[in-house]
Order: sequence, then C-alpha cells, then structure tokens
Amino acid sequence: MTALRRLGTSLAAPALAVVVALVITTLVIVLIGQNPLTALQVLVDFGDTPAQQTQAIVVILNRAVPLFLAGLAVSVAFRMGLFNIGVEGQYRMATVVAAGVGAAVVLPGPLHVLLIMVVAMAVGALWAGIVAVLKVTRGVSEVISSIMLNFIALGTASFLLTGPLRGSPEGASIITTERLPASAQFPALNGLFGALGLAQPRGQLFGFLLVAVVVGIVVSVLLKRTRFGFDLRATGLSPSAATASGIDARRMVVKTMLISGAIAGLIGLPDLLGRTYSFGTEFTAGLGFLGIAVALLGRNSPLGIAFAALLFAFLDRAAVPLQFADIPASVVTIIQGTIVLSVVIANEVSRQVTKRRAGRQSGQATPPAADATGPAGTRIDARQEAGA
Amino acid sequence: MAATAAPGGAPAADGAPGDGVPYAVELRGITKRFPGVVANRDIELRVRRGEVHAIVGENGAGKSTLMKTLYGMHRPDEGTILLDGRETTLRSPADAIAAGIGMVHQHFMLADNFTVLENIVLGSEPTRRGRLDRAEARRRILDISDRYALNLDPDVLVEDLGVGDRQRVEIAKVLYRGATTLILDEPTAVLVPQEVDELFGNLAELKREGLTVMFISHKLDEVRKVADSITVIRRGTTVGTADPKTTTARQLAELMVGSELPSPETRTSTVREAAVLQLDGVTVAALTGRPAVDDVALTVREGEVVGIAGVEGNGQAELVEAIMGLRALTAGSIAFAGQDVSGWSTRARREGGIGFIPEDRHRQGMLLEAPLWENRILGHQTRPPAVKGPFIDRRSARADTERIMSEYDVRAPGPDTLAHALSGGNQQKLIIGREMSAAPKLLIAAHPTRGVDVGAQSAIWELLKDARAEGLGILLISADLDELIGLSDTLHVMLRGRLVATLDPASLTPEELGGHMTGAHDGSVGAA
Repeated sequence: MTALRRLGTSLAAPALAVVVALVITTLVIVLIGQNPLTALQVLVDFGDTPAQQTQAIVVILNRAVPLFLAGLAVSVAFRMGLFNIGVEGQYRMATVVAAGVGAAVVLPGPLHVLLIMVVAMAVGALWAGIVAVLKVTRGVSEVISSIMLNFIALGTASFLLTGPLRGSPEGASIITTERLPASAQFPALNGLFGALGLAQPRGQLFGFLLVAVVVGIVVSVLLKRTRFGFDLRATGLSPSAATASGIDARRMVVKTMLISGAIAGLIGLPDLLGRTYSFGTEFTAGLGFLGIAVALLGRNSPLGIAFAALLFAFLDRAAVPLQFADIPASVVTIIQGTIVLSVVIANEVSRQVTKRRAGRQSGQATPPAADATGPAGTRIDARQEAGA
Repeated sequence: MAATAAPGGAPAADGAPGDGVPYAVELRGITKRFPGVVANRDIELRVRRGEVHAIVGENGAGKSTLMKTLYGMHRPDEGTILLDGRETTLRSPADAIAAGIGMVHQHFMLADNFTVLENIVLGSEPTRRGRLDRAEARRRILDISDRYALNLDPDVLVEDLGVGDRQRVEIAKVLYRGATTLILDEPTAVLVPQEVDELFGNLAELKREGLTVMFISHKLDEVRKVADSITVIRRGTTVGTADPKTTTARQLAELMVGSELPSPETRTSTVREAAVLQLDGVTVAALTGRPAVDDVALTVREGEVVGIAGVEGNGQAELVEAIMGLRALTAGSIAFAGQDVSGWSTRARREGGIGFIPEDRHRQGMLLEAPLWENRILGHQTRPPAVKGPFIDRRSARADTERIMSEYDVRAPGPDTLAHALSGGNQQKLIIGREMSAAPKLLIAAHPTRGVDVGAQSAIWELLKDARAEGLGILLISADLDELIGLSDTLHVMLRGRLVATLDPASLTPEELGGHMTGAHDGSVGAA
C-alpha cells in the first residue's frame, strides 16, 4: 500500500513534467504558425508497413541505449552529490581510444569486443579520475574541472583522430579511425524480431542493448543492495553524517567518479561496435549532456533512467519526419528542454509532498515542530519507576 | 499535590464555570487520529475568559496538534469545540479568525522587506477607492499598540526589528483581525530572558483588557510565572489541571511525564581497573591561533563515566572529533582498550567498539531523508545485522530497527518512516539504541540529552546508567551541569582547549562547577 503510494508519487512528478512540456511545446508550435496536431501525428506515426514500424522501434531503441548509459553514468555520481558534467568528454576520449586500440589488435570475436569495452571503460574512468583526484587533493569543484576537461577531451580526441589514430585516406571529407575488423563488431539482435514473429526492420538492432541492460541491473543492485551503495547514498544525503559514521569521503569520491567514468566510457560503444565501426568527425556528439537531462528525468533510479532514455529516443526519432511535415526539428529539442526544466520543478514539488506526507504519518504537519505521539506503551514510566 | 487528577470536578454540563459566564474556549472529548497514530485522545480543556491559560506537555505530547485543531487547521475526528458556550465547527483558519481566535506561530510569518504597518494589514487591508488606506491602518495600529502597550512603530521595516519586536508585530497582527482569544505556540523559545519578561508584560496587558491567552510551553518555570491556570497534556490526552500558585515545577514535570522524576544521580561506583580510553598529550590544531585542543590527557575506565564540563567552544567538540578520528592530531596519542588507535580510520575505531552520540544529531548522527532502518545501520554498515557479505541485509536491518523502536521507546509508525518525521527525542533515542546495539566498550556521548524533553531525558539517563553498570566506559560532554555532576564518576573542566581542573562530582555544586568553567577558580587547580 505504502509502496504503491510511493510509486505513485514518484511517477506523478515526471508525468506532470511531460504534460507541462507538451503544453508549452504546443504553444510554441502554434506561435510559429504550424499545427500542433500535425506534429503530434508525426511523433506517433511509426510508418505504414510492418517493416517500417519495426524499423522505427529499432531507431528508438538504438538511440535509447547510449542515452541510458549516459544517464546511468551521471546518476551514479549524482547519488552521492557529485555533478559529473564531464560525461561528454569521458565518452569521447574513451571511444576514440577504444576505436584506435580495437583496430590495431587482432583477437578472436568475443575477446576482441571485450578488450574494446575494457579499454573504453578504463579510459573513461581515467578521465573521470582526474576530476576526482583534483577534488580530493586540491579541493577543486568537480563541476568546474569536469567542464574544463570536456574541452580538453574534445581537443585531444580531435588530435588523436587527425594524428596518430587516423585511418581514413588523406583528403577524405570525413576523417575517421581505421575500421574495426569483423571480429570486433557486436552482433545485432535482429533475430529477436523473427522470434517474436515481427517483420524484419531495415536496420540492425544494437546487440549492445544486452550490455546496457546488464549494466543497469548491476548499477541498480550496487546502489540499493550493497554496503558500497549504502555508503554512496549516505554520503549523498549528508556528507557530515556519513563521515561521522566512518565512511571515508575522499575515497568515496574517487571510487564513485571511477565508476561513473567507466560507465561513461561505454556510451559510445553501441554506435562504434554496432553501426559506424570507426570513430570519426561525424560520430554522435552531445550524449553526455543529454545524459544529465535523462538522469534528472529518471530521478537517478536505473529503471526511471531507462524510461527517460526511451522517451528522449522516441522524441529524437521524430526529428527527421517532422522536417518532412515542414515543422522544424528543433521542436524536439524544445520538448526535451521543457521536460527537463519542468521535471526539476516537479521533483521539488513531489519531494515536498512526500516530506509532508511523511510528517503527517507520524501525526505532525510541519517538520520542525515535532509533535509525534506514538501508540507506545508505558515504557518510559516503567523505566522511571525503576530509576526513581 | 495541588494538581487535580482530571478536570471534571467543576460543573461542566452547561459549559460554564460556577459564576454562570460561559468558558471562552471549551473542548470536549477531542480526538484526532493520523495514519498509525492517535495524536489527541479525549482532550478536555476549559479556558475562562480573560485568563492566561498554559498548556504544558513534553515534545510530542500532542500540544501542537491540539492547537491546530483549535485554529481550524484540521478537524477533529471526535469531540466538540465550544466558544463562549456555543458549539462551533472550525473548517479553516479563516473560520477561527472570524470566531475571534488568533494564533501567534513559533516561527514568525512576516515579510522582512515590508514595514510593520504593511505586515500587520497584509491580507485584511483597509482600502479607500481601491487603494491601501494608510492613514486608517496607521490609526488602528497605533490604537492597538497604545491599548496593549505593544510599543510599535508602524513605519519601520521588519528586517530592522529584533526577535521580541517581531513577536509583538505578530501579536498586533492577530489583534488587528479582532481576535479575543490568542494562541501563542512556544512564544518564549526564541526569546532571550529580558525579552521574555517584556512578553509577559504584554500578556498581562492583554489580560487586563479582557482577552484570553492560551500559552503553549514546556518551560515550567515560565508557565508558573505567567499562567493563571495550567492544563497538562501527556501522550495525546489531558491528564490534569494545576494551579500555578500552589504547584511546584517538579510536581508539574511529574504530571507531564507521568511518574516521579528520576535524577541523573548515580552513587554506587562501578569503576573497574582496565582503561578503555587513554588520551596522552592530545593536541588538535585550530584554523588560527592557539590549538583547539591543547595537551589533553585523561583516562576512561570500564564502568566509569568521565564528564567534561566547559563553556561551549572551549575545544570539547574538537576533542570528540579527534577521538572519533574525524580530526587529525598534531601531537599526542589515543589508546583504546590498550591499543594505540591514533592512526586508525573512523570506521576502524567504530568497528573496534567505540560508540558515538554526536552533539548535532542532524549534522552527524542521521540521514534525515532516509528511512529509520537505514539510519539504524548508519555507522554500523560493516557488521551484522546490517550486512551479509558485501550486501545490505534489509530484512534483518528492519527487524532490528523494530527491536530498537520497542526497546528504546522510539515512537514512530515503523522502520520505513523517514527520520525527519520523528521528534528530536525520538531521533535521539534511535541513535542511542543503535549505538548500544553494537555492544560498544566505549561510548562518546556529546550532549546526549540536548533538545529532548523531560521524559526522553530521564530515559536516556537510565540507559547510560545501565550501560555503565555493565562495564561500558563513557566520555560525557555536556552543557547540563546537573547531568554532568549526577552521572560522572570523574569530572574534568575544559577551558581554552586545556583540562584545567579535575573535580569530584560527589561533593560539587553546580555553582562551583560554573566557577571552574569560566576560569574563576583557575588558581585552585590542584588534582590531576
């Protein structure tokens, strides 16, 4: 009952945020002289043939996988009160290095993919580790250092791409790393459609989806069920109480940033191992920043982040069809932006509601004026008689 | 004892005292339930017109719930409210105001950047042709100010006022709306003694003008000073009325907690030979100037309570943090149970058997936005029942939280309640329960009864005494001199980071101790 109610409260906020965002977007579309209903139609129109419809689902899922990983990376740090704004830089560095290493070695299939994943996670963790070390030893705010490291990462990635890791021929319009061999390509999950009796889509469903699901479960268990996760959440709730309870805050900062960075390292891999097979100037950008929005919308819980990533991907899919309908694709960005803004507000409102409800449960309406009368027995009296 | 067991002797049937004038406020059988809790049960309250009526009770006894009922903030599940003898239903504070009831909240509700005049009229402004009629407002405010000697200047900004003045603005706000019955919720909690006297002067004026004042408090001396009659609430119900002129503070306190008060005193020594804590030359640096803790040496033995007295800010907090490993030593050593633990982490010290009751439970003792069971394992997350290998054992943690709740009388709906929903005393009892559950060898107790009410205080004293008898060594830091003298076997005085005196609590008065704390007895520092 209470669990159900809590679930209701936690779902109410994002749902409300989405509704508010839709209303604002409708107004914007009306203002630019287009029909909001057309836009809505485009959003939910997945195509006419079964193949087109499954293709739309593939596009959404393929977009959702990296968004989910990005959201997870951000949320792990969020949970202990760290703002890892540097996910963008972490995944760009990780992807370019992993692409370079992957193209340079020869290994049998699964091992090759595994090596690329390990390299990507290591580079992401390392890049995030710089932020952690600066914070722990020098007291540098992780917000500042991770933003700065984003610029350094973008520059370094460009240098690596045009210099040592360049694989495309001289003079090519798109510069890329060398193409990954077949052994490093992650098999697609298209067999799934056949098994479910659905039409085969044109594109390939990222096999990395499975990795993302596993990572999601691992993170969820880690945060909710383990001692480490408890330490992490306790530090996020009250650093001073956590320290007094024996949690080494500095070590927690380093560990958490390493985990966050390692997850961030995976963000580029669905694309790298499932579609492009090389890192290049055209490689998907901005996933790290979107991850912040996704984490906010998903309220830092892995399940919530999965839904948020799917929602963002669903909206992103409409970007191209919208242009066919003469509506600017930036409508999608507007919806996403307003969702994030309203979710921040809605979260705060729902937090207050939960707080007040918690207060009421123990018979008090305002938290400071504690006035909880328990149905307790006569414990104090017994004690006092013994002591008097 | 002058307190009667229950109201009911007076002729109550017609809702009027003997002289035929109806009571200004009469509550009959008021019951208010919240999910899982009965906050008020069969409340009987009778307040005569023109008296100052105090309502006293422990924190959490249900005073505020009762006042909210009377102010229309929620409706009672059972019972009736009679105002001037007429049965009344209050659906909202607006109803209450219309019925002549005004509330002065403990936390002021004033706009800082408005003037006194603007704050007072806010929400019921006199207007002339759609605009605020300042002249009329000023006339009425000055009239109220003169009549009740509130001494208000309508044109000062509220942000420039002191706490006492702000409170008078709040009172004026209520009077401006025509209240004849004022509810003051813990009005003295925010005032310094001089302001308290001024407030009592104002209350006398109100009374002289025939207004009725209901005064909520748990400061018994003040209540006895200002009130004409007293109603005592315990565990959600009214347990009696008392005449302040013939009742002592101690009798009132006993009525409040329901039995004779225990004193903190412990007389039979349980001190054993083995030392659990030995500090030697402990020095902690401060940000600037002289060290915060300067060359402190002391020993706590098994079954011994060592008290540290001192005016706050003389290094006690830093000393506690140094012992817990939260602050680095610049010199000296800390030995726990015969081992040098100076280099140990906080977690290692806690695992080794040092329990910790921090002085600021919100800052260092609890996760306010986490459920009770998570607070149960905070600081103990490396040991059963909190963990199974690297995993949190939620089931045992919840079960053990329920055990603590029943054994230590933590009043809350259940282990999944969020910590900030508990009153301070209940939070403190949970902290003490959790620290004791780990069977510590040494307990660092910093202000263990600060901010908790009389009932919880005596329960906590009993817990500490029992633990001491079982061989626990306790380092007690407190600002409550009776507590220090009563509980300690040895008493050190800390002044400017140093231990300046060691005293025998058996032959010490609070006055003498106070002298040592301020350094007045510096010359007589003898025993070491």
